[in-house]
Amino acid sequence: MILNASGCLDPLAAPDVARSLDAVVTKTVTPLPREGNAPVRIAETEVGMLNSIGLANPGIDRFLADVLPQLLDLGPPVWVSVGGFSAEDYAASCARLDATGAAVLELNLSCPNVAAPEDGATAIVAAARAATGKPLYAKLSPALPDVAAVATAAAEAGADGLSLVNTIRGLALDPATLRPRLATAAGGLSGPALRPIALAAVHACYRATRLPIVGMGGIETGRHALELIAAGASAVALGTVLFADPAAPSRVRSELAAEAARRELGDPAAARGAAHDMRQAAVATIGNGARQESGRVRLKL
Amino acid sequence: MSPARLSVVGVEPVGPYALVRLRRGRVEPGIPGQFFMLRPAGLLLPRPMSLCLAPPGELGFLVDPIGPGTRALAALEPGEEVDVLGPLGNGFRLDVARPLLVGGGIGLAPFPYLSERLGWPPALLGFRTAHHAEAAALVPNAEVVLEPTFVTERLEPGFDVLACGPEPMLEAVRRLTPNAQLAWEAPMACGFGACYGCAVEIDGRLARLCVEGPVLGGHAGCMAPDTAGGAVAA
Repeated sequence: MILNASGCLDPLAAPDVARSLDAVVTKTVTPLPREGNAPVRIAETEVGMLNSIGLANPGIDRFLADVLPQLLDLGPPVWVSVGGFSAEDYAASCARLDATGAAVLELNLSCPNVAAPEDGATAIVAAARAATGKPLYAKLSPALPDVAAVATAAAEAGADGLSLVNTIRGLALDPATLRPRLATAAGGLSGPALRPIALAAVHACYRATRLPIVGMGGIETGRHALELIAAGASAVALGTVLFADPAAPSRVRSELAAEAARRELGDPAAARGAAHDMRQAAVATIGNGARQESGRVRLKL
Repeated sequence: MSPARLSVVGVEPVGPYALVRLRRGRVEPGIPGQFFMLRPAGLLLPRPMSLCLAPPGELGFLVDPIGPGTRALAALEPGEEVDVLGPLGNGFRLDVARPLLVGGGIGLAPFPYLSERLGWPPALLGFRTAHHAEAAALVPNAEVVLEPTFVTERLEPGFDVLACGPEPMLEAVRRLTPNAQLAWEAPMACGFGACYGCAVEIDGRLARLCVEGPVLGGHAGCMAPDTAGGAVAA
C-alpha cells in the first residue's frame, strides 16, 4: 500500500496524483486556521530538503465544510492528519472527524516547525482514543531518544498504528552570507538523508509493538520501499520524491513488485519483517548445511 | 501529471547566461510567463524556469548559473536528458493594447517567447554590465540601459507594462504603473501546489505563487515575495 506523506501533496491541486495512491493523507489540520511560517520556507541541501511550512491549513471548521467533502469525492480512502498544541486540541478535532468519511486519523505528534504540544504523546493518544472510534495512527519523530518506548506507550494508550517518520530538524546556511537560508533558521529535513533514520525507527518500533506501520523517509525507488517493509512497515508513504516526480506512486509500485519478484517473495507484503528474521533464518539455513561466510549467512537478495 | 524526459539539443552561452535547448517531444510550450520544472539527473529537486524560446520542435530556457541546480542545467551536454514538468502556473495576459516589456537581468528570460506572441512590441531591459546585456539580443525592439541607470528612469506612461526581474525592480515598476503584469519568483520544490514552499504575500495573505502566479496583476494589495531577484531560482 502506497500513500503520500502528510504535507507532500495537495490532492485537490493534483487529483490524478491522488488517485494513483492507495490512500491520501491530508496536510495536518489544526483547530484554528494557520497561515504557516514566513517565507523563505524551503531549501535544498546536498543530502535532502529542508522545509519550514509551519502547518499552513484552513483550520478544522473550513476543512470539514469545504475540503474534506472534495477529498472524499476523489476516490481513494482519506487519512486526516490531525495536529494541535494540547491533548484537548487533538481530542476535539478527532471528535469532529469521528462522524465523517475519513478512513484513518493520523495524529501528528512530531512537527519540527511549530511548538511541540504541551502534553506528551501518551496523553494525546489517550485523549484522541476517547474521542473517536476511527483507527488512530501516531506519527512520531525520529529525533526521540527512544522512539520504540514512545511507540509502545502510544500502543498502550490506544494507537492502532504508527507513521514513521516525520522530518528531523536541520539547518542550512547561505554559503555567501553564512546566514540561515530559511526564515525560521531551522526546518524539517526530508529526502535521502532520512532513509537510514527511518529504517532504524521502523525496525525498532516493529520489534517493540508489532503495530501496523506506515514507513516513510527518503523513499525514491521500489528498493527503498522494500527495505522499509523488511524493517517492519506494512505500508509506505512518499514525501519529497513527489515534488520532483508526481508520477512516483505508480513507478515505485511497479519497482516494488519487481524487487519482490526478483527475490521470489510474491507479494511485497511478504517481505514485512524480513530484516528481523536473520537470526531465525540463519539457524534454519545453517541447520540445512547452507554456506556460511565470516559468521554471516548469505541470503538470496 | 507526469514529467516528460526531454533530450538536450545543446547549451549556448548568451553573455553570462546559458540557453538550454531541449527537444520538445509532446510538451506544449504554454502561455508566455508560465513555467516548467526542470530536473537534470542527480538533482533532488527540479528548478522552476519560464520558457524563453519556442522554436519548432524545441523548448529553450535561459538559465543564470548561480547555484547547484542552475549550474547543473547550464552544464548539460547534447543528448543528455532532463525531466520536464509543465507548463505550470498562470502566464501573462496577452489581451493588451500597447504592450511594453520591462525586464531586469535574467528577468528577460520569458520575453523572447512573449515578444513573439505579442508581435514584437517595444522592450526596455536593464542590466548590471555590458556582458549581461548581450542577452538583450534575444529580444527584438529592445532598448538597453546599464547600471547605474534603471529601467524605471526610462519608463513612459501610456503602456501596458509586462515586467519580469529582480524584486526591487518589480516593486518600482508597480509604483509607476499600478496595473502592470508582474512575473515574480519564489523557491519552489514542486511547482504544482504540493509543497507550499513558494508561499508569498498576495492581497495580505500568504498564498502559493505556483498556483496563483507566477504572473500577478500588480494590483495594490499584491505584495512582493520575500526572495532574491531574477526570473529563475538557483
